[in-house]
Parts: sequence; structure tokens; C-alpha cells
Amino acid sequence: MIDKFVRSMAEAMDGIRDGAVVMIPGFAEVGAPNALIDGLIEQGAKDLTVVINATGKPRVPGVKVTGFARLVELGRVRKVITSFVRAGSVCGEAVKAGTVVAEVIPQGTLAERIRAAGAGIPAFYTPTGADTLVAEGKEIREYRGRRCVLEEAIHADVALVEAWMADRWGNLVFRGAGRNFNPLVAMAAELTIVQTHHVCDLGQIPAEEVMTPGIFVDRVLHMPVGDPKLPV
Amino acid sequence: MSATEQDWAPLSRDGMAARAAQDIPEGWYVNLGIGVPTLIGNHIPPEREVILHSENGVLGMGPAPEKHRENPWLINASSQRITLRVGASLVHHADSFAIVRGGHLDLCVLGGFQVAENGDLANWSHSPKEVARQIGGAMDLAVGAKRVWVVMEHVTKDGKPRILRRCSYPLTASACVTRVYTNMAVLDVTPAGFKVVEIIPGMSFSELQARSEAELIR
Repeated sequence: MIDKFVRSMAEAMDGIRDGAVVMIPGFAEVGAPNALIDGLIEQGAKDLTVVINATGKPRVPGVKVTGFARLVELGRVRKVITSFVRAGSVCGEAVKAGTVVAEVIPQGTLAERIRAAGAGIPAFYTPTGADTLVAEGKEIREYRGRRCVLEEAIHADVALVEAWMADRWGNLVFRGAGRNFNPLVAMAAELTIVQTHHVCDLGQIPAEEVMTPGIFVDRVLHMPVGDPKLPV
Repeated sequence: MSATEQDWAPLSRDGMAARAAQDIPEGWYVNLGIGVPTLIGNHIPPEREVILHSENGVLGMGPAPEKHRENPWLINASSQRITLRVGASLVHHADSFAIVRGGHLDLCVLGGFQVAENGDLANWSHSPKEVARQIGGAMDLAVGAKRVWVVMEHVTKDGKPRILRRCSYPLTASACVTRVYTNMAVLDVTPAGFKVVEIIPGMSFSELQARSEAELIR
């Protein structure tokens, strides 16, 4: 019997190595696998490359740093691949200090580079970013009269995913705008770890309504963490 | 020119948004960028079926929710809580950006720092040396939508022009802007340069030209 459910956070995080490439989905707090990020903080892997859409808001005095920003604050992140770095954020400060290297790219290019990895496409051309700073050092070629930039797939060792519902085969459903990068990172990683609000019996999610099929999922942990909060 | 001599008042942020909203017809799929462009949604009458896209995977955004009726799972690109219209759909990020990059949006409206007479747009960075890089979806939208409109103040806070021959800030995309709505005028980007479509009441063409670096066409 296939059963991808794991019973503890330690089991979920088992085997994540120093130097791993880790994908973290979510848009603001919606669809962000915050419990798994806490698990990764606890697990201790360092020297990480993190692929994440946005790296966090500026520090607010008196407000505790959590999630990805906490991972950076603890010195565990070496590189970040992202579309958004803000001044005054924990990550922005680390980039300024030179302790974290940031590769900042357009959001659609980020999504497509992740999707490409999952789909077995090593690289693709896109007009996004042509004639801008993000094209520096990249191959340029003209297609249909437009200058295009060669962008490479981003593969990961580990993807952390937040789902609304999951069954023991790892079939997933996401809620509202919480889908965002979750189905993409699930496809692009060697090891995909899911936290889910709800556990379903096999067959309870109608086949037509499965958003990510279990083939892309390795481990599922039941974490009924509640609704996302608006960022401070 | 002192304030007492001028016979005109620049549009407010809401005034610019309302002006741009007038030109969006029923049936268009539209992405509204962060800032003043987001305000445009408030000025599209609900009976006009304009379908608003948000980069985080929402197609068919409705008006802001009433207090206590917010759905914590629904936000827009600015992380504000939103509602869905009847008929809305939700997609993942690769599909959301296929909508953007695949040329499916009739229009995107972006904020801007500078627009050049050839349609170059700068709206994400003031210098290549800046550590903070906030690209987000701007480069995808500028390249991908069928039409790109920019809504911005005509000059900077200290009076420097934003309507330029060439942008001095790092580009978002080259030759992408088709129309600009400022707090003083509506300008079309044409092969010959900026063509003035409309000027706010009381302002003359030469007064507008004096606040623009690029040469304007009547």
C-alpha cells in the first residue's frame, strides 16, 4: 500500500543536506508552507540556495522575524533566486552585507524556469527581460522579430508545499489563491514535502479536481495550521 | 511659474485613475499594476464586464470585501484582500504568467518612473547599483500584454520631467508603452514620438511642453 503520510516533522525533514536547493512557494502568506519552513529551521541544514518569489517585508521593530527571513537571519542561506528584494528586509540587509547572493529575475521567468525543470525543458527563450539588467551575461536571440533572452530551468533538491487537502497517494488540492507556485515547485524537486490542512481518503478528491497528482509528491504531513494571516 | 499665475490644477491620483478607466471597454482582460493603476478598478462601473487579472493567479477580481467578510485565501498582487466576481477562475503561477507572457491580456496598466518617446519604460529601479531589486511581474507585463498604459505624475516631486527622450533609470522593457496618463495630460506613443491626446483644462500646450523633456506633437 502506498502511504506518503509521515507522522512527524523530523520524518518530513529527514535527509535534507547542507548546500541543498530548496523551493519555497507562497504569495505573501497565502500558500506559504510556514510549518515546513519552521521544520527546516529546526532540522538545521545550512548553506542553502532558496528559490522564493519574494524575500520579505522590511523589519518592523518589536516584531519577531519568522519563516524564510528567520532562515536568513540564522545565516543558513547562501543564495536566493527571487523576483523581489526589498531594502530594510532581513534578506535585503544580508545581500547588502554580502552574506547572501541574490539572483533577482522577473516573476514570470521565475515561474517558467521552475515549470521548465519539472517538464524536462533545460532552457527556453523569452522576450521578458531583453534590453534590461536581467539580460546581462545571457544569450540573446531574435525570434519573430523580438529580442529574446535564454533562461535556464531551475531544479531543486527539495520543495516545501502547502496544500488544502491531500490523500495517501499525495494527490493535492489547493485553496483560493494559495495555489500560486505550489504545483510548480512540486514538479521541479527531487524531494517534495507537503503540509496539508486536511487529510482525505483515497478517492475522496474527485479525479477531475486533483490539482497536483501524487506522482509529484513524496511526503505529506498533516498540519491543520489555520488561515493565512495578512503580513504585518 | 508661481501657483497664482497658473489657471489649472493637476489631477489627483484618483483623478488619473478615473480618467484611464474611461478608456477601458467592456470585454477586455486587464491587469492593473501596484499603486495608482490598482485604483482604476474602483472607477470601472460593475455593469461594464471588464475582467481583472492578478499575477498571483486570479482572473476575475471583484471589488474590495466588506469588513468581516474577507476571505484570507484571496489576495491581489499588492497583498490586499479581494473578492471574486461570479465567473472568476484561479490558476497556478505558470498559467497566470502564461496569461501575461502569452499575449492574452488586452491591457496592462503600470505605474512608471520614466517613459521615453520610443515607448521605453523604467519603473522598477533608480540605479543599477541598488541592492534592493523589486522586479516582481513588471517586466513580464510590460513585454506580454497587447497594450501597455502607464499612469504616473507628469513630473517628479522636485519638478524633473518623466516624459523623456531616453530613460536614465534601468529599463523595465524597451519600446513597450502605447499610452501614458499623467496628472496633466494623455499622451500616445507613436512612431514619431509623444502625441498629445488631451491636456487638463486651463493648461496650454506650451505649458505642458515646458514640463516634458521629449518634444511633444500636437
